[in-house]
Amino acid sequence: MDETKVLTQRIRDDRSPVWIDDYMDLGGYEALKTALSDYGPAEVGPLIKEAGLRGRGGAGFPTGVKWSFMPRFEDKPDERPAHVYLVVNADEMEPGTFKDRLLMEGDPHQLIEAMIISSYAIGADIAYVFLRGEYTECRRRLQRAIDEAHEKGYLGDNILDSGFSLKLYIHMSAGRYICGEESALLSALEGRRAVPRHKPPFPAASGLFGQPTTVNNVETICNVPHIVKNGAEWYKSLGLNKDGGTKLFGASGHVAKPGLAEFPLGVKLGDVLEHFGGIRHGRKLKGLLPGGGSTPFLTPDHLDTPMDYDGVGAAGSRLGTATMVVFDDHTPIVGVLKNLEHFYAQESCGWCTPCRDGLPWVEKMLVNLEAGKGQPGDLELLDLHVKLLGPGKTFCAHAPGAMGPLEAGLKYYRDELAALIPDDAERLSRTEAANANPL
Amino acid sequence: MATITIDGRQFDVDDTENLLAAALSKGFDLPYFCWHPELHSVGACRQCAVKSYRNDEDEQGMIVMACMTPCADGGRFEIADEQAAEMRRQVIEWLMINHPHDCPVCEEGGECHLQDMTLMAGHTERRYRGAKRTHKNQDLGPFINHEMNRCIACYRCVRYYRDYADGDDLRALGSHNNVYFGRDSDGAFDNEFSGNLVEVCPTGVFTDKTLGAHYNRKWDMQNAPGICSHCSLGCNTSPGSRQGLLKRIQNRYHGEINHYFLCDRGRFGAGFVNRDDRPRQPLVRNASGVLEPREMEVMRDTMEDVFANARGVVGVGSPRASLEDNFALRHLVGAANFCNGMNSADSAASLAARDAIAAHAERVATLREVESCDAVLILGEDVTQTAPRLALSLRQARRNKHLEHAAANKIPKWHARAVRDIGQDNNSPIFSATTAATRLDDIVLTPQRMRPAAIAELGFAVAHALDNNAPEVKQLAPDTRALVDAIAATLKGAKKPLIIAGTSLGDPAIVKAAANATRALAAVNQATRLFVTLAEANSLGMAMMEERGIDHALTAIEDGSADTLVVMQNCLYERAPEARAEAAIKKAKNVIVLDHSMTRTVGEATHVLPAGSFAEADGTLVNNEARAQRFFQVFIPDAPMQEGWRWAADLAEVAGHKPDWLGMDDLIKAIVAECPQFAGIEHAAPSQSFRKFGMRFPRSPHRFSGRTALYANVDVRERRPEVDQDSPLAYSMEGYYGEAQPPSTIAYAWSPGWDSNQAAITRFQDEVGGHLKGGDPGVRLLAAPDGNGEFSPADIAVVDGWQAVPMYHIFGSESQSARAPAIAERMPKAEYRVNATSAKALGLAAGDSLELTMNGETHAYPLAVDPSLPDRTIGVPVGMHGVCGLPLPMEVTP
Repeated sequence: MDETKVLTQRIRDDRSPVWIDDYMDLGGYEALKTALSDYGPAEVGPLIKEAGLRGRGGAGFPTGVKWSFMPRFEDKPDERPAHVYLVVNADEMEPGTFKDRLLMEGDPHQLIEAMIISSYAIGADIAYVFLRGEYTECRRRLQRAIDEAHEKGYLGDNILDSGFSLKLYIHMSAGRYICGEESALLSALEGRRAVPRHKPPFPAASGLFGQPTTVNNVETICNVPHIVKNGAEWYKSLGLNKDGGTKLFGASGHVAKPGLAEFPLGVKLGDVLEHFGGIRHGRKLKGLLPGGGSTPFLTPDHLDTPMDYDGVGAAGSRLGTATMVVFDDHTPIVGVLKNLEHFYAQESCGWCTPCRDGLPWVEKMLVNLEAGKGQPGDLELLDLHVKLLGPGKTFCAHAPGAMGPLEAGLKYYRDELAALIPDDAERLSRTEAANANPL
Repeated sequence: MATITIDGRQFDVDDTENLLAAALSKGFDLPYFCWHPELHSVGACRQCAVKSYRNDEDEQGMIVMACMTPCADGGRFEIADEQAAEMRRQVIEWLMINHPHDCPVCEEGGECHLQDMTLMAGHTERRYRGAKRTHKNQDLGPFINHEMNRCIACYRCVRYYRDYADGDDLRALGSHNNVYFGRDSDGAFDNEFSGNLVEVCPTGVFTDKTLGAHYNRKWDMQNAPGICSHCSLGCNTSPGSRQGLLKRIQNRYHGEINHYFLCDRGRFGAGFVNRDDRPRQPLVRNASGVLEPREMEVMRDTMEDVFANARGVVGVGSPRASLEDNFALRHLVGAANFCNGMNSADSAASLAARDAIAAHAERVATLREVESCDAVLILGEDVTQTAPRLALSLRQARRNKHLEHAAANKIPKWHARAVRDIGQDNNSPIFSATTAATRLDDIVLTPQRMRPAAIAELGFAVAHALDNNAPEVKQLAPDTRALVDAIAATLKGAKKPLIIAGTSLGDPAIVKAAANATRALAAVNQATRLFVTLAEANSLGMAMMEERGIDHALTAIEDGSADTLVVMQNCLYERAPEARAEAAIKKAKNVIVLDHSMTRTVGEATHVLPAGSFAEADGTLVNNEARAQRFFQVFIPDAPMQEGWRWAADLAEVAGHKPDWLGMDDLIKAIVAECPQFAGIEHAAPSQSFRKFGMRFPRSPHRFSGRTALYANVDVRERRPEVDQDSPLAYSMEGYYGEAQPPSTIAYAWSPGWDSNQAAITRFQDEVGGHLKGGDPGVRLLAAPDGNGEFSPADIAVVDGWQAVPMYHIFGSESQSARAPAIAERMPKAEYRVNATSAKALGLAAGDSLELTMNGETHAYPLAVDPSLPDRTIGVPVGMHGVCGLPLPMEVTP
């Protein structure tokens, strides 16, 4: 199946970055000029809403709607707060996810242009790229792109004589998964502990430094120039089903040709897998996490699933970041789950009790199961954690996310897990158990 | 108001509150950890899970955290729901994974919120198999012990310490299930309110080290309602004792003063009560000049001789002793021969404070009210050092701006992090003019450094800027003029402006300027508030009782009109220049001291009568808002000691004018009869004969286990409890304890299922964090303003040359607490401070010794360079770590 290249249209096969002259030769910054000349600041948002762009960071919230929450001050300049912020979430740390990196390294100006237009649309005067700490190459390339944009007058004061000004900064994350949660990201950006915030208030009301703020994912926002340039109808027509536009799909794990590709939303899961060469070594698919480590498993029964928000949702999982982690039929599921839960336990910020103390317990049970030290009742205790680490019971979505693959794992592979508990396992006395399992 | 349904019962609740607070106020037992009535909600611990239903048809419901749920009208909630209960049990099980279960050896045991919540939530069986993670502990100095393994990571400590008290050296470190609450390295907490961590921590991570040194359980503690005696604010305390040893000071909730928090001086400053060097029996100086003990009976004859042969007796009262003690001394020596025991500067300033408070009685703020003020002007007072608890309240006052921002964005006041996030550093304005940098400068708008006279001038100028009728100050420098206008405009624009001044700089003009500013501001805004701080626990009471300071008594000795000095809980060396005190003591034939501490005056006295400290006596103190409050005896000392007023009464009897009052009730009546300005103090607490359902009020919790064994080494038979002749409290666990008890008699906080001090008190409050049922204790005196107040003239005594100004420190400047070992460890080294220009003028560098002669008294201390001081101004360390007894400020020639 052929790719539909929108976001990746300028990305070279050797991944060398497209600098500003090439970018402009290929139609870059035209959307910015269009936005500044043809649209009022308040008119870009409705266009994005009309196009049906949804967040590509995992949650799938409609971007235009999110922007519409931002307070407008065109009619009341006196009430305008000290700053309004756009923050781009480039803290790409979801296990199995590497799509934003390609966009930032291969076509840095696309992100810069997208941020300028988006800032214009929401009335921001300062924009941040909150960048994953390990993405040092992204940082170098983005910084050069920012400098180039400054030189051309696309950034700074009075951009292209429009009266609109923007400062754009890169902030390197100190490196915690939780910083990818938008409100924890804001705490981190303020220099505080990266602990999520309770919503409401939403960032549009009280975000970075207490000011109106919008947080968007890299891939999400990279769609904006294309929508501005080509219109909402064009964008909607790209998708195969209800959701408009394309999506970067990735595959890692036991596929023959791991990598990234851009397809219209709604493409069939089987087709995507086929694009990445199917399961390697001629093995069979056991299961996959369709959108990163925190999305529930899909199984060989789900290959006809249309890969869009509703389609994957109907199959009991989430589109997430659409970068799938694939497991062949030789993979013990307990190891998969143990590794995932180890990651999430370790990346808990430690703020709320269920996540902080529940996830390590889950990990510990899986470690024991794998080591043949499972006990009768362990699976039920895992079920209990799936229930009590669910949405609303924890402070943020971190633990519910961690429970996604566990819940699906307990559902699809329960017999395999149950078989790990030795037949002769009896409940050890608690003291014996503690002595037998020093962690 | 909103009507909500909890467990099938309808309640009218405050719709600006969250569900947890409302449920607790309505008497429900709903477990919680991270929420605190002063720290509000953050939703971290997930303990207060309840079921919430969308509407009447909703049968499913969803689990929500009560602390993060607004009390919306029509809300329907179930606490008893099994799914919610399951969640609450599970949260405890999670919290307990790494908890060491070391209750038997934990100082928190018996008053541990974690124990209570575990029981309440119903978790009983541990299913986690595996080792526990362990932490290293830190040495946090003399006040607080650290045992991190007990931590359940509720984040209360950092939320209190960092977000409430604005401390910086306690942090949440690490992440996931390895969060660590501590300092960067070992060392004492920098913040002056660190002791509250002991009560804020729901388990035994932060515990009271001074209690740990001689530990016993809460249930074996004999307590009494106490009033802190270490500054003028009158915070309510609950001193706990066992077998004649004072074990600790805990907070005692008062809805208008300290509510949940004390300062470290108040909490850890009571160690002086247990000192070995205290006089514990009558002493008489013998022929070879040594104080030697006397039996009570012999002493009586001795004193009879003394008074028979005395040629004129003068009495030195004390602003740190109760009204009763002072009044009894006044009776002994006669009103004409009595003085208030303050030095000239303190006395003059305290009288000005009395007048200001009387003139603005209805505008005098309580500490709680300070927290609701949205613009503040502080004149002269370094409140963190002189009235510490006020600093903590001012830190809350500055957050009113945050709450304003929050309200504008529909963020409820209890949503603590959201309020903080939107508030950031946009504080309510606080202006402050002091002689040097203060610990509040981080929240003060352009802190001003001035000499005392300039501070008074600033206050008068602000008053004039607010009201043309207020006297004008001659010439103001242009930048001062701009400052004055800015302050006046800000105060005028505030909803509830507050003026703060005090007596610590020994300049009555500062207090008068504050009174002028208050009067001027009140003309445009009835909500205007005044807060005046004084030096000591009963400074205002003494200013009301007697206008003459210690000069009166010393002069009588010096001019020979008296040869006998009777000193009540006071030290002449703390009130008069050393040479003058020494000469008076030498000249006087008899120096009779009634005191509880080994002061220098006690050491040089001819006769010493061991008076009870606050722990061994009842009494009434008048705090800085003119609130008369009663403190009650904590324990009966195992020594021939008695209350100061009992000694004075005994002396009066042998001197031939036996008083007609015998017990506390009579004495208080006599005070009111003779000094009508104290009318009302009889209502500060119930009389000795007061009973509830025929019962007294217990000093000890009903589980008091040791009573049958306490004196088993002496006699296996249980002793009959001592009978308290002065108060309606009992020296036992028996009596009426409960909500219907007069709040002034509540010796400790406990309610069924709630053993920790801060949570148990909820049942005694009209609503959680509100007022005590039956009214917050104490009676405001000076309640009737004269109504025809006038502006004071702007009289300022300007000093042109070098000036010595007092520099106070929370640990050391107050003499009683300075005798507590824990406080002594934190006392700073004495040093003079000048700015760099002045140091240059003196030809000295930092660290050099400076010899300074003040009033003929020379003190040498190392010099420190403090850039905040004005030119030619020398900061002099005042108190037990520095200079005592000199009336500062004064002009000096270095």
